[in-house]
Amino acid sequence: MVRVDGRGGGNSLVRVRGLDKKYQRGSEEIHVLQGLNLDVDAGDFVAFMGPSGSGKTTLLNLLGGLDLPSAGSITVAGDEITHMSAGKLTAWRARHVGFIFQMYNLIPVLTAFQNVELPLLLTKLSKAERSQHVETALQVVGLADRMHHFPRQLSGGQEQRVGIARAIVADPTFLLCDEPTGDLDRKSADEIMDLLGRLVREHGKTVLLVTHDPVAAERASVVLHLNKGVLEEARKVEAS
Amino acid sequence: MAIPLTYNLRSLRVRWTSTVVAVLGIAGTVGVFVAMLSLAKGFKATLVSSGSPRNAIVRRAGSTAEMESAVAVDHVKIIEDAPGVERAGSGPLVSPETVVIAAFPLKATGTDANVQVRGVSPKVLNVRDNVRIVSGRMFQPGLNELVVGRYVARTYSGFELGNSVKFGGGTWTVVGVFDAGGSAFDSEVWGDAQVVKDVYKRPANVFSSVTVRLTSPDALTGFKDALTSDPRLTVQVDREIEYYDKQSRALTQLILVLGTMVGLVMGIGAVFGALNTMYSAVAERNREIATMRALGFGAASVVSSFVFEGLCIAFVGGVLGCLAILPLNGLTTGTMNWQTFSHLAFAFRVTPALLAGGVIFALLMGIVGGVPPAVRAARARVAVALREM
Repeated sequence: MVRVDGRGGGNSLVRVRGLDKKYQRGSEEIHVLQGLNLDVDAGDFVAFMGPSGSGKTTLLNLLGGLDLPSAGSITVAGDEITHMSAGKLTAWRARHVGFIFQMYNLIPVLTAFQNVELPLLLTKLSKAERSQHVETALQVVGLADRMHHFPRQLSGGQEQRVGIARAIVADPTFLLCDEPTGDLDRKSADEIMDLLGRLVREHGKTVLLVTHDPVAAERASVVLHLNKGVLEEARKVEAS
Repeated sequence: MAIPLTYNLRSLRVRWTSTVVAVLGIAGTVGVFVAMLSLAKGFKATLVSSGSPRNAIVRRAGSTAEMESAVAVDHVKIIEDAPGVERAGSGPLVSPETVVIAAFPLKATGTDANVQVRGVSPKVLNVRDNVRIVSGRMFQPGLNELVVGRYVARTYSGFELGNSVKFGGGTWTVVGVFDAGGSAFDSEVWGDAQVVKDVYKRPANVFSSVTVRLTSPDALTGFKDALTSDPRLTVQVDREIEYYDKQSRALTQLILVLGTMVGLVMGIGAVFGALNTMYSAVAERNREIATMRALGFGAASVVSSFVFEGLCIAFVGGVLGCLAILPLNGLTTGTMNWQTFSHLAFAFRVTPALLAGGVIFALLMGIVGGVPPAVRAARARVAVALREM
């Protein structure tokens, strides 16, 4: 269940209250997010839409612990992250967040296997266990046969699938996707959205997606509109 | 766990042009630095190897070198009778010596260079057991005959066996060539001390110094105490090896100071090269670094990763610099010995310790050049860097 009125129950996976984010640009103060409330349950697939500069990516960065709010609180799986130290926040990200980026953000000098393995290097898994997890993740995204390829040897869609494998390999609490189809053609974009949908349906993942693309947003169970720093409405998408 | 080293190694390979520039900068610096140190090392080793721990050199008290020393013949007798002096069938192993300078033409340029001419006792080969005749024979006492160091035979004109050489108002015959194991004696010409004094019209009853073979290295203390407490003598006694060590100090330190200065100046340049390479590496990989920070790698991991990368560049540069100067090892060169005002041949001495020092110097440059860019990489705002193209 997704709510934006601040009345969600205490069992929400993601709970945001009174979130404010301001930036200072010269003498001008830019209010990007204003008193934003949000509740997301485990297994939800939420899409955030809105015009450029509406604060979508800022919200995603705050939810992922990449940035700190000016006011308000964010609680994920019981952990309030807004007052964590930088070191704790880094460790928290490694454990709880799977990032999927618009430009894939793969490390070009590492193979698909090594890219997917990166988050596991921060765990206590043995080398053999890491290999097993990486292979499983690459199988889930359908790229087990490309694991020794470098990013430059893959298509855009394949690169993004490697990015998704990297995001899910450590089994994070939720996935944060910033325009994951923004750099892909329609066919590849549909494949990526299919994959994200499958991760929610078959693997019970929680996905929060920022997108400009209404076709991509339709795959989400809930679409939220962000305008001038305010979550204006929540719309339930009917399952097709 | 840290960011995998593969990431850094492959990144270096991908950006090979700037990597090569930084490596060459460090290699050149290390090469020059180690070459200068090996020059100092070689010079010192040449002089120190001239001395033996079993030999003592007796000079007039207060003199800093043989050239300014004088020991009377009467005193030589007292020295010969002192405790701790080795004796053989021919009597005490003592070589009263007279040192003069003569100019001879260099084969390479035809110009004259000063050579130290040492008048020695016929027993000198027993006193200095590191010297041996390698061709011809030893001079005969009382004759105008010379034996010459192998460097002299190779470097100066007219010192072929059997040749006559004119200097000091006399005509001398070269009868032998000796090998002094690469020590300073290889740059000397030896003749009978009495004859050298006669030819140079030096007082017959005075020598420059007296070199004494001791019964053992430990006998020095007793020997020295006996001479310095004898009211008839005003002499100073040094272990021969220490005397030559002191002689080498001035020039060695000069070379070391110059070498360090040159090394530092070049090092600053190389550090800027490394800084430039690493800063551009960080700038080009801002998004990669931010991605890793987003995935959960800490600031310390990023710093250590980039410091490691700087150290890789430095290590390869250091090793290349050392390899480049290895052929210098054993190469003979010459300089003025300011204690004797004569030309002294010595060889570059590239030792394992110097090579290790060169690599450590390189690694220090790597750290200085790697840490500031690494800190900048770790401090970059992740959310901002992730959006960079």
